[in-house]
Amino acid sequence: MIRDDNEAILSQAARWRADGVGVALAHVIATWGSAPRPVGGLMAVSATGAMAGSVSGGCVEGAVALEAGKVLAEGEPRFLSFGISNEMAWEVGLACGGKLEIYVEPIQ
Amino acid sequence: MKARIFDALRAALAERRAVALVTDLGSGLQTLVDAEGRQQGEAGLEDEFLPQVVEAIRQDRRGIVDFYDGRFFINVHPPANRLLIVGAVHLAQALVPAARLAGFDVSVIDPRTAFATLERFPDTDLITEWPDEALARLRPDARTAVVALTHDPKFDDPALIAALSSAAFYVGVLGGRKNQAARLDRLRTQGLTADQLARIHGPVGLDIGAVSPAEIAVAILADIILALRGPKWKAD
Repeated sequence: MIRDDNEAILSQAARWRADGVGVALAHVIATWGSAPRPVGGLMAVSATGAMAGSVSGGCVEGAVALEAGKVLAEGEPRFLSFGISNEMAWEVGLACGGKLEIYVEPIQ
Repeated sequence: MKARIFDALRAALAERRAVALVTDLGSGLQTLVDAEGRQQGEAGLEDEFLPQVVEAIRQDRRGIVDFYDGRFFINVHPPANRLLIVGAVHLAQALVPAARLAGFDVSVIDPRTAFATLERFPDTDLITEWPDEALARLRPDARTAVVALTHDPKFDDPALIAALSSAAFYVGVLGGRKNQAARLDRLRTQGLTADQLARIHGPVGLDIGAVSPAEIAVAILADIILALRGPKWKAD
């Protein structure tokens, strides 16, 4: 059953952890313009790259999962910013024209 | 996030307790705060800061807050919304999975054990008490919707009376307009006030011309979500 709520996302994270797989949590901490997921949007990413939940409409999840891998490897949180501009450090943008800031942290 | 806080956050959600996860974006230290201002975690929050967090929980408000030199992200994790369905009828069989899909905790109340069977409602919280008794025990709160779907006043009326005496954010009942008028008359003589009766969504659901049980389930769920969130683009 797909349930897009925090409880379901954290339950999936707990199942990964029970299997001995590392998990990072990505939180949407700020948005500007028409961001598809509100502040508080949550995504769990496993060390194997599996995802539960979302932080956008599917636009930046791949990039966030990649960064989550680094967060798990280093054990340190990271801040990620996504926007429309090509000048941004990120190749990945939001087609909707929104901007968002994401905090990725490992569960330790 | 420390495993201890992760576990505490999950426990709070499982117990239907609203909590806020406060992350110090400078240090990464996290604190879990409940609606009464009790905190657990890595960093004790300042006495002056704590009321802001409690207020954020009350208002379901999330975001970055600056406090003195610190920058904190407050994420409120409310308990799941709840849907109590009175009547283990065919329509309820469609409404249960639809509501779950939208993130609701769902219970089905029907004292008729021929209807309330696990065969008809797999993996569903089935309650075979009378609706008024069940609702008195479950105490619908401001995150709870109640819909009465039995078509039978013997079940629907007590359910409505109990629901309208609670904080439920949505109270709906199935039935055509003629039946609704008769129902309002009956409930009025039972002592319900005009304000209480005005809370009833009946006929239940958005009017999208739904015909099949599954379509009606979508109409009901859409109406419940509308009551919960309000329209995104309000007419000026």
